[in-house]
Amino acid sequence: MSEGIGARVLRKEDKRFITGKGRYTDDIVEANQAYAAFVRSPHAHARIIAIDTSAAMAIEGVETVLMGPELVGDGIGNIICGWGVTSKDGSAMNMGAWSALATDKVRYVGDAIAIVVADSKSIAKLAAEAVVVTYEELPVVVGSVQALAKGAPQLHDNAPGNLIFDWEIGDLAPTDAALATAAHVTEMDITNNRLAPNPMEPRSAIATFNEAEDHYTLYTTSQNPHVARLVLSAFYNVAPEHKLRVIAPDVGGGFGSKIYIYPEEIACLWAAMKSGRSIKWTSDRTEAFLTDAHGRDHVSTAKIGFDKDGMIVGLKVDTKANLGAYMSLFSSAVPTYLYATLLSGQYNIANIYCNVQAVYTNTVPVDAYRGAGRPEACYVIERLMETAAREMGMDPSELRAKNFVTSFPHQTPVIMAYDSGDFAANQKQAQDAADVAGFAARKAEAASRGKLRGLGYSNYIEACGIAPSAAVGSLGAGVGLWESAEVRVNPVGTIEVLTGSHSHGQGHETTFAQIVAERFGLPTENIQIVHGDTDKVQFGMGTYGSRSGAVGMSAIVKAMDKVEAKVKKIAAHVLEAGEDDIVIEGGAVKVAGTDKQMLWHEVGLAAYTAHNIPAGMEPGLKESAFYDPTNFTFPAGCYICEVEVDPDTGVTEVVQFVASDDFGTIINPMIVEGQVHGGIAQGIGQAMLENVVYDDAGQQLSASYMDYTMPRADDLPNYSVHHASTTCPGNPLGMKGCGEAGAIGSPPAVINAITDAIGNNNLSMPATPAAVWTALQDVRSKLAAE
Amino acid sequence: MKIAMTVNGKSVSREVSDNTLLVEYIRDHLRLTGTHVGCDTSQCGACVVHVDGQAIKSCTMLAASAEGAAVTTVEGLAKSKDDLHPMQVAFKENHGLQCGFCTPGMIMTATDMVARYQAQGKEITEDAIRHELEGNICRCTGYHNIVKSIADGASKMTTV
Repeated sequence: MSEGIGARVLRKEDKRFITGKGRYTDDIVEANQAYAAFVRSPHAHARIIAIDTSAAMAIEGVETVLMGPELVGDGIGNIICGWGVTSKDGSAMNMGAWSALATDKVRYVGDAIAIVVADSKSIAKLAAEAVVVTYEELPVVVGSVQALAKGAPQLHDNAPGNLIFDWEIGDLAPTDAALATAAHVTEMDITNNRLAPNPMEPRSAIATFNEAEDHYTLYTTSQNPHVARLVLSAFYNVAPEHKLRVIAPDVGGGFGSKIYIYPEEIACLWAAMKSGRSIKWTSDRTEAFLTDAHGRDHVSTAKIGFDKDGMIVGLKVDTKANLGAYMSLFSSAVPTYLYATLLSGQYNIANIYCNVQAVYTNTVPVDAYRGAGRPEACYVIERLMETAAREMGMDPSELRAKNFVTSFPHQTPVIMAYDSGDFAANQKQAQDAADVAGFAARKAEAASRGKLRGLGYSNYIEACGIAPSAAVGSLGAGVGLWESAEVRVNPVGTIEVLTGSHSHGQGHETTFAQIVAERFGLPTENIQIVHGDTDKVQFGMGTYGSRSGAVGMSAIVKAMDKVEAKVKKIAAHVLEAGEDDIVIEGGAVKVAGTDKQMLWHEVGLAAYTAHNIPAGMEPGLKESAFYDPTNFTFPAGCYICEVEVDPDTGVTEVVQFVASDDFGTIINPMIVEGQVHGGIAQGIGQAMLENVVYDDAGQQLSASYMDYTMPRADDLPNYSVHHASTTCPGNPLGMKGCGEAGAIGSPPAVINAITDAIGNNNLSMPATPAAVWTALQDVRSKLAAE
Repeated sequence: MKIAMTVNGKSVSREVSDNTLLVEYIRDHLRLTGTHVGCDTSQCGACVVHVDGQAIKSCTMLAASAEGAAVTTVEGLAKSKDDLHPMQVAFKENHGLQCGFCTPGMIMTATDMVARYQAQGKEITEDAIRHELEGNICRCTGYHNIVKSIADGASKMTTV
């Protein structure tokens, strides 16, 4: 079956994008549409003393200016974090109040204060600037370590010391004991730099209120429109669920940042009701830097101990996670259950302990960004392993290999039970593809050109397909993390699949069609994937955490199982055969071993005419299913990066990047490779280029593309991408997920390569030319001093 | 003010305020929404169109400055619904796009760069493509398949 599982089918969705016929939120215009702009705090921390809207209201074309107290007075609820994390002393996390429009205090630059509604974008912006806010400025703190220090400025009254939670996992005493008796201990201070997600399509929303129907419609740039509707209804009280339709049309990338329900969507819906106008808001890029949830921002100290044979005896990590000014939707889960649970890496480690303190600061809220916690874990363990190998004089790949988990299932000391994998196979494949054996010669050749060449590994494991609902519920999640699907076979035999997953670049319209094509022997052109509209799709948990394959497609498989059962019943009835003798192949439904058959569309027609179906059977051919995962899935792999450093300038070039991934079953290798390419690019971006920078006053110095270094084509290499897969036993297709691996695995490979080249393990991300040059000078001064 | 130009082969004329950007004219007035806005600082290239045969960032030009010009947007590139420009075909065949938001700008930049190189009789190498893409940002693809698409599109453009 040329279009089935494993085929490199070209994407069905491409034609509209390459011809300019995509339909993104900002492309849509509603009747009677007005435009919103937000009045935002220019201060990182301040009390609002007074707001004067008279000058703004006097501008021709301004419809209304609405503020926080009125929003709260109308019963609009505070923005919440949907995952409760409990501190080690048993206390609940300290969630500070976050109103969509500030009422008394602002806590970061960009905090929304008022929504201005006007006839045009430019009038709205002009009027927003004409709103005069009087502030009493308050002291500011931007770093997590500083925010925890005695006497630091306090952000929220109910979070003394700015501490949101003080959480732990693993066993402290045995870990300390193991480290105390270790033959070798490697200890490092490790910072994971703050990133801005930067999907190329800025966030956008169009809210419409139909007064006659008491009904709202929201077009929005969302990765999970169903969750948006649930949260907007159940928690923010914007409208009851059946009176709110959320549509996420074409969405131009997300990377996590479009999971959350932001103040702007809430304010636009509320203002649409207040003003009677449809309201469009589209973020500009600087506004995106100031308001889209950031990622990462961990400061850690980590210790790993080995016995005399190089076997790991214990790992202890202390992490301070900067969550910004307010708790975003999944912000508590990222530095806890999505981070510390992966610290065991690919290794047998008997003793692990991790303490995480989550902290408020006067910065943009931090939440999941591609990888979400797992890149931070991978960076800790993989920098430790590489550095330890160098300290012990061992080959880094051999040190890893002797500690690999080799039998499955494997229960780590930090919750996760790895179900499958062959880490040695991935490492071998990557080493062969990278020609590690020839590295010494390449290094010598580079040296002859005055360049320092280095090679670094990263053997990552991550957890996807999040996750069994009962399990995440027991860990504090406020939602179940199943997925739903509906498979509708039309009377003419074509198929619509309605899925709760959302595609914003992942190519679901193609890959989801491929699994249906495979099952029923139909061409993908006869299969339409429908997603992103709460009026069409029954429900769904959306796309993040690389869950659309392992969870979303599993739901489709479950629905197809039901369709297949009914098809067989109908065919058996019509063809007067036993159900067990019916087979579906090549677009026909046949009685095995005979020439009796119905064409696929004939079964569809039979189901809908219902003239001749088994007694008691309901007409029609449409089935739905909810699939709840049985476990996380565990994609893993080995990445090998080679760099060349110019010692005079610190300028570093990634000259080779090899990936060997285990994603389980792959539906479309072309699309999977594309996901890996993009993930690696973001990982190299984090390692070498990207950094959100705040000054001490809480001003974001990197809030435009003039200042924040987005990776460009000439910053990046071609990637050599390979697969050595084991089947995931936990879901019907054997899939593990591929969306985040590249971003998770690549940063340590890059930094390990650069530190290898310069001979100094003390290097932080982003490894800019200045940082690399400085680290190189440190080594040289040390050598000179010796 | 009233401005007139040719867009995708059709004469168009609209009354606009004099500070209207070309991208606003294209998106908001002509409702050709294939041209996108991804930044505020002329960095991302999502808004690239051709003005009198040259790729320009339409966020950085006033609509009034294009008075009388011939403008081509991504909607005007294909000969027909089923006869796409070879560069469009190359992006599809090489998986040169994911979310699709930067794609129109990438394709308009690509057709311009290839045309320039071919007019000068120069081969367009991978290094040249990467360098020429300095004004276009993609967050999805890591550029690998965009570079491949443009190289492939270039070879197809020589045959048309």
